[in-house]
Amino acid sequence: MDLVTEITILVLAAFVGFEVISKVPTTLHTPLMSQTNAIHGIVLLGGLIVVGYANSTLDEVIGFIAIVFGTINIVGGFMVTDRMLEMFGTKKKKPAADAAPGAEDKS
Amino acid sequence: MSALVPSLPLAALDQGSAIVALLYVLSFSLFIFGIKLGTHPTTARRGNGIAAIGMAVAVATTLAQKGIGNWGIIIAGIVVGTLVGAIASKRVKMTEMPQMVALYNGLGGGAIALIAWAEYRHWIHQGETIGKLQSLSDTVGGPHLSASVSLEVMIPTLLAMVIGSISFWGSNIAFGKLQELIPSQPIGLPGQKVINGLLLAALVVGGVVLGINNELADLSQPLFIGMLVVAALLGTMVVLPIGGADMPVVIALLNAFPGLSAAAAGIALDNTALIVGGTLVGSSGTILTLEMAKAMNRSVANILFAGFGSPAAGGGGDAEQRPYRSMNAQDAAIQLAYADSVVVVPGYGLAVAQAQHAVREMADELKKKGVNVSYAIHPVAGRMPGHMNVLLAEADVPYEQLKEMDEINPELPQTDVCVVIGANDVTNPAAKTDESSPIYGMPIIEVDEAQQVLVLKRSMSAGFAGIDNDLFYNEKTAMVFGDAKQTVTDIVAELGNL
Repeated sequence: MDLVTEITILVLAAFVGFEVISKVPTTLHTPLMSQTNAIHGIVLLGGLIVVGYANSTLDEVIGFIAIVFGTINIVGGFMVTDRMLEMFGTKKKKPAADAAPGAEDKS
Repeated sequence: MSALVPSLPLAALDQGSAIVALLYVLSFSLFIFGIKLGTHPTTARRGNGIAAIGMAVAVATTLAQKGIGNWGIIIAGIVVGTLVGAIASKRVKMTEMPQMVALYNGLGGGAIALIAWAEYRHWIHQGETIGKLQSLSDTVGGPHLSASVSLEVMIPTLLAMVIGSISFWGSNIAFGKLQELIPSQPIGLPGQKVINGLLLAALVVGGVVLGINNELADLSQPLFIGMLVVAALLGTMVVLPIGGADMPVVIALLNAFPGLSAAAAGIALDNTALIVGGTLVGSSGTILTLEMAKAMNRSVANILFAGFGSPAAGGGGDAEQRPYRSMNAQDAAIQLAYADSVVVVPGYGLAVAQAQHAVREMADELKKKGVNVSYAIHPVAGRMPGHMNVLLAEADVPYEQLKEMDEINPELPQTDVCVVIGANDVTNPAAKTDESSPIYGMPIIEVDEAQQVLVLKRSMSAGFAGIDNDLFYNEKTAMVFGDAKQTVTDIVAELGNL
């Protein structure tokens, strides 16, 4: 792909990003940040590609660490975001939700 | 390369083929759609799931391409990363979210720096292969062989490496400060700005030298590693002098960096999913950085390159004794019970004392007595953007009761009692009235406009900015001293007795 096409994609993505993300309310900024942590875990793809042409042990170690870091970002980021957003969801079973946390912090 | 797995029938997509390109389009469309659903609390969770599906599509597409090998390392890396990520996400406390996000920012940056290094080493290896062919060619009087890395690939690779290394080390320092492994006070060396300037200049010069010598035979790994180290020093030196109060801005900025370097890596590797995913993250971090800086009434450059709170960093021993009123929990409970409307202003002190659940119980008690309760959240009320909202949501406070600063300020003059819990600088009227104050111009929650104010605090000590708060000496204000959680629990007990 030529550079101009790639820069075009980048610029358009930046405008879409600004447009969509500026509508995220302050309330959700922390989950937004952990979600973007997960999305920049997309660098995992780079790790998967470079480890394919590793020529030495050092190359393999570098690739391994990059894959571990990227996977932690993806798995940890999406899971912790889910944990947070679960708390923002509508509470259907009101009595149960009231009882549980009340019991644990009375100690 | 293992000979076993590449013979899988599915593992046959050509890199750069239309199907791969389309699957990447699908994956980044799911990212954008997921973030779009994240604009409302009720749909955000589904949006997060959709973004995760997009990620699964991107990873599966990459793994299905030709040329992907070393499956042992790939599987081991994914298993280790999944275990660490899953366990960490279950164990992390909501108060520790800023540290965790800082750490994840760093991991992303570190991964990109490593990938750029691996890419560079790959070119060097290609150069060595060509060198061997050249000596063969010379013995038979053959042609001169040469190959180079195009600047279209070299420049984004160097950018990815430098930004990645800066964000890895900067984020580690931010993590250390938030986790209190290193002091959260600004740490500065004399001539810090000169040193940072020299480091930056060294990176530019190194980048130009590496860029000019882009013939495969001329690639210099020592120089590349040198630049990794210089970028690491720069990241460390920029974050070390930044004080605890400015951390929300720094985390937001370091959130943008790995995104930008991922986009650069995407250009180098011709990967649209990386370009779009990285750019989205970069936009998000940039927006949050600007919003945080606005909420603190400071420019980003000012936060990065000037220390804060240096005048009274020691802790205000020189303050003269001014009269203030204090009150016990019983009187506070009576005042609250007879109010029509109560606004709670939570600060990080509330989170430190783990008083969120007690505060929600207090609100429940007051609601039973017909008191209208809401929460006023300052944009920098926690240690990162939106942190306080998460802490209150964890304590089952309905998000409808969480009011943003601009929304609550016009309502405060009609509010009977404002309860400030563990917040200080964000309520300081000096930000509006005292031009000589270091926080002058910072938007605040105008607590002094309310009819009565209760301030729950340990002592009369100053906040992060190291400055005295006039609110505490206001005739409307009563101080309720003690641990926030204990005080609120006492108030709840008293409310039950009324």
